[in-house]
Amino acid sequence: MTHQFTALTPEQKQELSSIAQRVVASGKGILAADESTGTMGKRLEKIHVENTEENRRYFRQLLFTADSTISQCIGGVIFFHETLYQKTDAGVPFPKLVKDKGIVVGIKVRCVQIHTDQPVCVSGLDGLMSSCAQYKKDGADFAKWRCVLKISDSCPSSLAIEENANVLARYASICQQNGLVPIVEPEILPDGDHSLLRCQYVTEKVLAAVYKALNDHHVYLEGTLLKPNMVTAGQACPKKPSPAEVGMATVTALRRTVPAAVPGICFLSGGQSEEDASLNLSAINQCPLPKPWKLTFSYGRALQASTLSAWAGKPGNLQAAQAAFTERAKINGLASTGSYVQSGQKDKAASQSLFTASYVY
Amino acid sequence: MPHQYPALSPEQKKELADIAQQIIAPGKGILAADESVGSMAKRFNQIGVENTEENRRLYRQLLFSADERINSCIGGVIFFHETLYQSNDDGVSFVQMIKDKGILVGIKVDKGVVPLAGTNGETTTQGLDGLSERCAQYKKDGADFAKWRCVLKISETTPSELSIMENANVLARYASICQQNGIVPIVEPEILPDGDHDLKRSQYITEKVLAAVYKALSDHHVYLEGTLLKPNMVTAGHACPSKYTAEEIAMATVTALRRTVPPAVAGVTFLSGGQSEEEASLNLSAMNNCPLGRPWALTFSYGRALQASALNAWRGQKENESAATEEFIKRAEVNSLAALGKYEASGDGSGAASQSLYVANHAY
Repeated sequence: MTHQFTALTPEQKQELSSIAQRVVASGKGILAADESTGTMGKRLEKIHVENTEENRRYFRQLLFTADSTISQCIGGVIFFHETLYQKTDAGVPFPKLVKDKGIVVGIKVRCVQIHTDQPVCVSGLDGLMSSCAQYKKDGADFAKWRCVLKISDSCPSSLAIEENANVLARYASICQQNGLVPIVEPEILPDGDHSLLRCQYVTEKVLAAVYKALNDHHVYLEGTLLKPNMVTAGQACPKKPSPAEVGMATVTALRRTVPAAVPGICFLSGGQSEEDASLNLSAINQCPLPKPWKLTFSYGRALQASTLSAWAGKPGNLQAAQAAFTERAKINGLASTGSYVQSGQKDKAASQSLFTASYVY
Repeated sequence: MPHQYPALSPEQKKELADIAQQIIAPGKGILAADESVGSMAKRFNQIGVENTEENRRLYRQLLFSADERINSCIGGVIFFHETLYQSNDDGVSFVQMIKDKGILVGIKVDKGVVPLAGTNGETTTQGLDGLSERCAQYKKDGADFAKWRCVLKISETTPSELSIMENANVLARYASICQQNGIVPIVEPEILPDGDHDLKRSQYITEKVLAAVYKALSDHHVYLEGTLLKPNMVTAGHACPSKYTAEEIAMATVTALRRTVPPAVAGVTFLSGGQSEEEASLNLSAMNNCPLGRPWALTFSYGRALQASALNAWRGQKENESAATEEFIKRAEVNSLAALGKYEASGDGSGAASQSLYVANHAY
């Protein structure tokens, strides 16, 4: 504890910090297109599309070849391993396609979950050092690792909090050694009937542990991003908070735990409908409390639901699907600067709740 | 861990947050006039004054008699227990004098450092016994905030994990108890400037110590918006051959704080730790000009760095009292500017102002 043994050179720090800044540049957020094969299966099943490698490739191509205006709202895309090595119809590798649009490429690194009562983040650390080195060579500049916690009468336990914080810190440390900016994701699931206040309390405890662990592991905060849940009531809670309440509770929790050195906070959408995810993000940015980090999105479902619906697996729907995606990207870009106000017209797919119990992907 | 049992009601939180905000209002800082009897002995020794209760009263009187010019520079005064119950020559209590200026009254509540067995001369701080009752009484007697000082030291083997953990924990207990009694706790984890370590090492250790402090505060359910932090600036050790500019000190300090101090903390009130009056002011001003984002107020909580010239001018002589008070007002105004990032080197190398106030292994 008394001596510093440099984890990173000034040049390494500079590289990490500028990657992070680019991902969360003003008005931009992240497209989380990193659904695993199994999770893509669930998505495609809903629109009656077969879960083949080709269909997965086609759908991601649909997203990545959308109008160039998405470069103004998307700072980074998170890839699944398979997707990082796929190409467009014309043979252009997806990472190159995305980079050429000025968007940073990210990669989900393996995190296997055990399906017990208490979700525990297990493994993925083995061989992570060499995986990261390879991903960096293959075009990635940031990574994502998701840990899961749950609220119940007995959860999260101190063990779950400490263990997940520790593994996130190990992952972050290894990433930085390989020039990858780690997105740290300690997701507290929305499952349950707990109140907004309870979620805020648990979120504060979890984030305090995460940042203590990152400090213990000598992680360079300026070269990281945080991907937390917004502070909301549980899905089964009778009282649904307004976006302004979500904004206040979320920003308060973050102000109490996330050091100003962290350049950006990119919220997960966690089963919120596309519209709720955008309204809540905008409300967060409108919260009157001082917010020293960028507050933006890292959305999967909340950016893709309408797109999937519009595509429905039919090539003839390509343009409509891309238009739907571009629209959601633009809206969330506005939300990330607090400029999105409810549209008035209620798009059915947009309002439909995307909650799936005990969500795993 | 899964359930919240509210430590404070919304009204209690509001009171604490308001007090904190009042102390660190723009351009304001803290006069640390809480020297123990033993520390006052050292001060008086340097100017040939006998350390009697009356002399201590006379000295604090000349500080508190400062005119309305200090009202916009000083947000709070930290008292020592004895001083809280003293009055001026006209029988007006010191507490009343200070409050009448719109300045808040604070009280030092720790009972000094004690050794941590099995360490290399490290300490923790005592004073938790009966602290709740004492805080309740102090609140009745006019105090709205408190201060508790922990001390850490840099060497080949220190600070140890035990020292960091123990001091963080005792600070969190103190803070929790204060808040229960409507008192804003100033949390002071001082890392001494003794040693030959460089700026980088100081920064590294400051980050480790502060991370532990804020984890402990979270664990103890302390309401951060109703606290203040009183840290050391990040500087090289006194015996370090390399000298650093105010800008370097500011950059190292603000970087360390940005990595560890949550934005919810109302303000950071630096200790002067033996820096000369001028250094302390220049460094503070540089902090407030640092180009990095600073989500908390950065101001002063100075003892020696506000009083050295005043003590020197007084030298225990009644006829010097106004001159001494004037010296204090001058330093208060300078530090007020520094807290706004508006103070530049004055040019006149006033003797007492530049003289290093470093006293080895400072304990007071």
